[in-house]
Amino acid sequence: MQTLTRRLSRPTCKFAVVRPSWTSPLPTATLRLNHTSSNQGSKDVDSRFTHFGFQTVREEEKESLVKGVFNSVASNYDVMNDAMSMGVHRLWKDEYVSSLRPGARGPLKCIDLAGGTGDIALRILDYARENYADRETSVDVVDINGEMLKEGYKRFKKTMYHNTPQVRFIESNAQALPEEQFPDNTYDLYTIAFGIRNCTSVPDVLKEAYRVLKPGGTFACLEFSRVTNPLFNMLYDQYSFSVIPMLGSILAGDRESYQYLVESIRKFPPQPEFAKMIQDAGFATGGLHEGKGGAWTDLWGGIACIHRGVKV
Amino acid sequence: MSVRALVAQASKRASTRVATRSPTAFSTQTRTKSTQPNYEGHVPLNLFEHAFMFAGASYMALMHPARGDMVAAVGDLTSGPVLPGLRDKMLASTEGRRILKERPRINTQTVDMSKLALLPEGTFGNAYVTWLERCGVTPDTREPVHYIDDPELAYVLQRYRECHDFYHCIVNLPVNVESELAVKFFEFANLGLPMAGFAAAFGHLRISSTKRNKLFQEFVPWAVKCGASSQSLITVYWEERWEQNVDDLRKELGIWKAPEARWGKALSEAKALAQKKSQAAQRSEAP
Repeated sequence: MQTLTRRLSRPTCKFAVVRPSWTSPLPTATLRLNHTSSNQGSKDVDSRFTHFGFQTVREEEKESLVKGVFNSVASNYDVMNDAMSMGVHRLWKDEYVSSLRPGARGPLKCIDLAGGTGDIALRILDYARENYADRETSVDVVDINGEMLKEGYKRFKKTMYHNTPQVRFIESNAQALPEEQFPDNTYDLYTIAFGIRNCTSVPDVLKEAYRVLKPGGTFACLEFSRVTNPLFNMLYDQYSFSVIPMLGSILAGDRESYQYLVESIRKFPPQPEFAKMIQDAGFATGGLHEGKGGAWTDLWGGIACIHRGVKV
Repeated sequence: MSVRALVAQASKRASTRVATRSPTAFSTQTRTKSTQPNYEGHVPLNLFEHAFMFAGASYMALMHPARGDMVAAVGDLTSGPVLPGLRDKMLASTEGRRILKERPRINTQTVDMSKLALLPEGTFGNAYVTWLERCGVTPDTREPVHYIDDPELAYVLQRYRECHDFYHCIVNLPVNVESELAVKFFEFANLGLPMAGFAAAFGHLRISSTKRNKLFQEFVPWAVKCGASSQSLITVYWEERWEQNVDDLRKELGIWKAPEARWGKALSEAKALAQKKSQAAQRSEAP
């Protein structure tokens, strides 16, 4: 993302009135989309398009664009999360982990995807230890981005879990977990918090989740979602699109990455649709409604949402 | 106005509102200012965002003055009222009009540094590259303008930012804190930019008292006299004057060298940027 923005603000460009810069970061991709249908002919048979925030990009490119975003936000990630959500993300993550009650029925083998900085992994291990005196529960922290994993490793060094078998850090793609490292039917709990919207193909992630979970294992996803109340949604939109990119530029010197983050939230499917996708992957979920007996639970009116499913 | 007319008016307003806004649209119509950029790098801000950015950026710039992008942001946000006057000054001179028409940029790609280094000593071009080397800085690290809405005024501010080093060079001042403040006083007297004014007014609070005394006893009188009496430097087409003799140039513009300053060690800015570029080139070459 940094190279993208550097290129866009390259000093040799003049101040002519140009097309908006962030609708066409990759001119060839969007031009092609405008004039041809994407799967026409033998040339374009492999090029499919997806969204990167509000921009349209090739699927192959989304991964490296997202990588760029997280490379640049990694060192400030936790500080920025606190600033943007005013600390509320901690409450959401606490609620997420306590609703799962890890350790209640014995030690668990957990896998935390997009777990880079280790927020969820640490909460799982602490919950099991504090509530059930469980020191056998283990979490494999998996992230596609090495920089984020480095931050997580650093944070874990300050805890009692460093150098124990309770935590492992593995760099891998959630859509394609290597079978040797992640065999079928291994894990009791699969968590992914605020990561799935950055993945190029959500169904592939769900497929891999289904594969690595044991029968009876739980899939739980914490993600930003749609706010149901229109008035509250208006305020939330205003805050998201005004304040968050500004905080990004002030605190982290990187407005574009945070613009991407708020746009990616809007592009993610709403709660019922995502619940349907989880069902399509083979999981048993609650009914397609919110709350008790439902497939998801809204937090703070829908700003964040916990979707759960069980592998049968 | 009769009650009937008022009700009719209100219902007309309501009906147009209803006609154009559905419940979902209501929640997405949140901006009264367009978000479409007017030029590359433009970030349109409404009043609230303007105020928020100003507060945040000035705090950040004071606490971490190394954050050049925040200093630039404060410059963008406060220069609005002054830029039309500067643009008019440019329009009033032939050289300035040429600059506005051609919109030259100053960085290592547009300026041939190796050619300038070959110019004879005493020329402005040679003085510039010597100054760059002596201070260890490069013109590539200037933050682009983001928060000015009009593209031409944005260019004027960008031009000022890129010519800042020329001002340093022509008055013969290095880049340490006291000299930067002296140049800010000079710029404020010459161009009237609020950011230069803030830096001049508050920047000296962070330096030692001996430096402050020297600043106010020697540099400030020079800066104010020289800046106020000389030609408006925003109208100077520096790129046409590489071969001109530096002293002749000074006489033409009506400026004279600053009092002798302390030239410390060269900064590592230029070297760091060169290293980053070569690393990026290596990374892009590697499979």
